[in-house]
Amino acid sequence: MREVTNVMLVGVGGQGTILVSSVLSKGLVAAGHDVKMSEVHGMAQRGGSVTTQVRFGEKVHSPIIGRGGADVLVSFEAMEALRWIEFVKPTGKVIVNDQQIPSAPILAGRRDYPVGVIDMLKSKVTTTAIKATDIATQLGNPRAMNMVLFGALVEAAGLGDVEWEPIIASTVKAAFVALNVNAYRAGRRLMVH
Amino acid sequence: MIRSNSALLMSGNEAAARGAYDAGVSFAAAYPGTPSTEILESIALYKDDVMAEWAPNEKVALESAIGASIAGARALSAMKMVGVNVAADPLFSYAYCGVNGGLVLVSADDPSLHSSQNEQDNRFYAPFAKIPMLEPSDSQECYEMMRSAYAISESFDTPVLFRMTTRVCHSKSLVTPSRRSEVPLRPYVKNLDKFDLVPAVSRRLRLELEARMEKLAEFSETCDFNRTEWHDRTIGVVTSGIAYQYAREVFGDGASYLKLGFTNPLPKKLIADFASKVGTLYVIEELEPYLENHIRRLGITCIGKEKIPAVYELNPDIVARALLGTEPPVISCDTSVVPPRPPVLCAGCPHRGFFAELGKITTRLDAKRQKYMIAGDIGCYGLGGADPLNAMDLCICMGSAPSVGHGAQKVFNKFDANTRVIATLGDSTFFHTGIPALIDIVYNRSNTITCILDNRITGMTGQQDNPHTGFTLQGEPTKELSIEAVVRAVGVDHVRVINPMRLEEVDEALEEALRLDEPSVIITRWPCVLKKKTEEEKVEFRPYAECFRIDAEVCNGCGLCMQVGCPAISLDRATGRTRIDPIACNGCSVCEQTCNFGAIIRAERQHA
Ligand SMILES: Cc1ncc(C[n+]2csc(CCOP(=O)(O)OP(=O)(O)O)c2C)c(N)n1
Repeated sequence: MREVTNVMLVGVGGQGTILVSSVLSKGLVAAGHDVKMSEVHGMAQRGGSVTTQVRFGEKVHSPIIGRGGADVLVSFEAMEALRWIEFVKPTGKVIVNDQQIPSAPILAGRRDYPVGVIDMLKSKVTTTAIKATDIATQLGNPRAMNMVLFGALVEAAGLGDVEWEPIIASTVKAAFVALNVNAYRAGRRLMVH
Repeated sequence: MIRSNSALLMSGNEAAARGAYDAGVSFAAAYPGTPSTEILESIALYKDDVMAEWAPNEKVALESAIGASIAGARALSAMKMVGVNVAADPLFSYAYCGVNGGLVLVSADDPSLHSSQNEQDNRFYAPFAKIPMLEPSDSQECYEMMRSAYAISESFDTPVLFRMTTRVCHSKSLVTPSRRSEVPLRPYVKNLDKFDLVPAVSRRLRLELEARMEKLAEFSETCDFNRTEWHDRTIGVVTSGIAYQYAREVFGDGASYLKLGFTNPLPKKLIADFASKVGTLYVIEELEPYLENHIRRLGITCIGKEKIPAVYELNPDIVARALLGTEPPVISCDTSVVPPRPPVLCAGCPHRGFFAELGKITTRLDAKRQKYMIAGDIGCYGLGGADPLNAMDLCICMGSAPSVGHGAQKVFNKFDANTRVIATLGDSTFFHTGIPALIDIVYNRSNTITCILDNRITGMTGQQDNPHTGFTLQGEPTKELSIEAVVRAVGVDHVRVINPMRLEEVDEALEEALRLDEPSVIITRWPCVLKKKTEEEKVEFRPYAECFRIDAEVCNGCGLCMQVGCPAISLDRATGRTRIDPIACNGCSVCEQTCNFGAIIRAERQHA
């Protein structure tokens, strides 16, 4: 029964989690898996916290998981990983973009950005922190950070057998194919080394 | 496992739209509302075959679909659950008529109130209005049930309620669609005995309605959407909608299931038979005990809401804890150090200038011991009530700001409470039901101040066109309704159209309105920053600057600019100074106008 793999993507509205989940689920479908994907729309464009869940395997029933359910959590922002850590299996993995996006109470000076987020994560669960935004910037555009994380996810979830590059190419705008593919490759390389 | 490569990953909304298209629907109308919006956005893509429209509100949407149905076409209307309240009047009556072309109404409920003002369970509308109901649990079912809904509608001569929930609407799963059936228009024949609901006619139709429900009850017993799945019989689960998926996840093949997809009228015999063949009977459903009440009335013992929460959405974890008492192993971690990340008005949002100034005026009124109430409404501008703008007292339902404001103002005036009411609502909300509310102010003579925050689009639900954007849902150019002309036409003599980004203009307009002892309207006109501007808009609405920055030499760290609540501005606690993020800033200049020291200056955008 339990051969379903659960991936959770979390971040801040506008960071490109949706693109990653759509590339991921397209590839999983092409590879013959049953796939369910769930996202909560709504306030996403207004800088709120966003989550997407992708589940795949032989047969998937529920489109969502509960606490302790995620095999891999990919967090596009540092403290968001901590916000959602309860959803990660103790034996699961966290991939976190080492980038801080302060939320409204922090901007207003009423709360502090939590210190030592990455160390805290590392002390609790297998965590890989990636400077995905810096890597993407070096590749030409910080927005491609999402594909760096995607590359890392592919390795972490053991999905290297799927032909991802054509799927990326058919999902992003033509002008951004090279950038996104490079970012994806960079993400994979990080995990291998 | 290799699947047929014709399977597509579709959201429930896309699948429902595709199902309606394949069922031969040729007219669809809706008012946007999360989680239903993408149904119309998806069916609108079939421009050659389907006329798809945004109506000004849900009542109008359903009524126009009813008109299409009476004219002989298969028709669809879709709305979020609170929209069904708005459309309930035509719904209950059209149930008496029955249909000509099939009619399906989608109710998209929002358990957990992800983006809603209440958590009503609209399954109760089906027995209340006496119409059949379908409840899909994934995208494939959305597709199949939607196709069948039209056959049911026409063969039983009834509108059909199609009840979805957020997780069904917005989850994607695999769908194998087939092809569109071209359904010829049914002839329209004038038939007063069917469509003219005067008491003499309705009295007779009332009896037919009962007879129809009896036939539907028989159908429910054999309908393919109500099916049993036999496995271990120690535990039997009766379930519907998304809860079926959670139940399967938790119990797997360790229980037998009665999976109900056609849920009004419910299949009594099927339920009794299933119950008699299993040991413990669980009823697993999200929100209210809809199935459970029915099952108990049949005299069947079951376990339901005494264990499973009736509040907020379920997930497999909650079901397992409730019924099996199991807790998954989780990572224990103190997450209280993580500050919340609430949604905020975007950088450059035209609502910001208005609310920043409204907040200042009310502070001045406070000082003069004059009281005020700000009646809010539903839309992005609802965030004007959040910290640090804090310029709102209440928000009830769409279009209610002027009317709630009016009632309050009348009472304050009569009891001499020295309180002025300022109502705020968006452009789409004004067209939705704000117009009759404004008429109420004029007709019944209160001095309520109404502010229409015209950002030239339906923002909150994701940039839908509306009656004054100049375009229809299917992208056709159309008449651009003037808010100002409407406001004057209903009899408001004091109307000002202002630029909400010019704080002085906002201030003057509000001060003037406060001096008047008559109804007045302020229209703030500036497009949403996320809006894809038309060529004319690009000319009319130029941003003031590429972006702004703080002049560190001049800034004394007073923090006033923080009061506009812009996500591009942050306070550096170490230096006590503020900072503007050059990438996030949209150059709206609201902070610049707020600064008393000239410390905020124009800058050029740093291109990423
Ligand atoms: C009866 C009802 N229908 C639909 C909705 C969903 N809804 C919430 S806000 C909104 C749009 C508001 O648009 P507008 O008034 O233009 O304000 P904006 O968000 O653009 O500021 C809609 C459709 C609702 N909450 N209630």
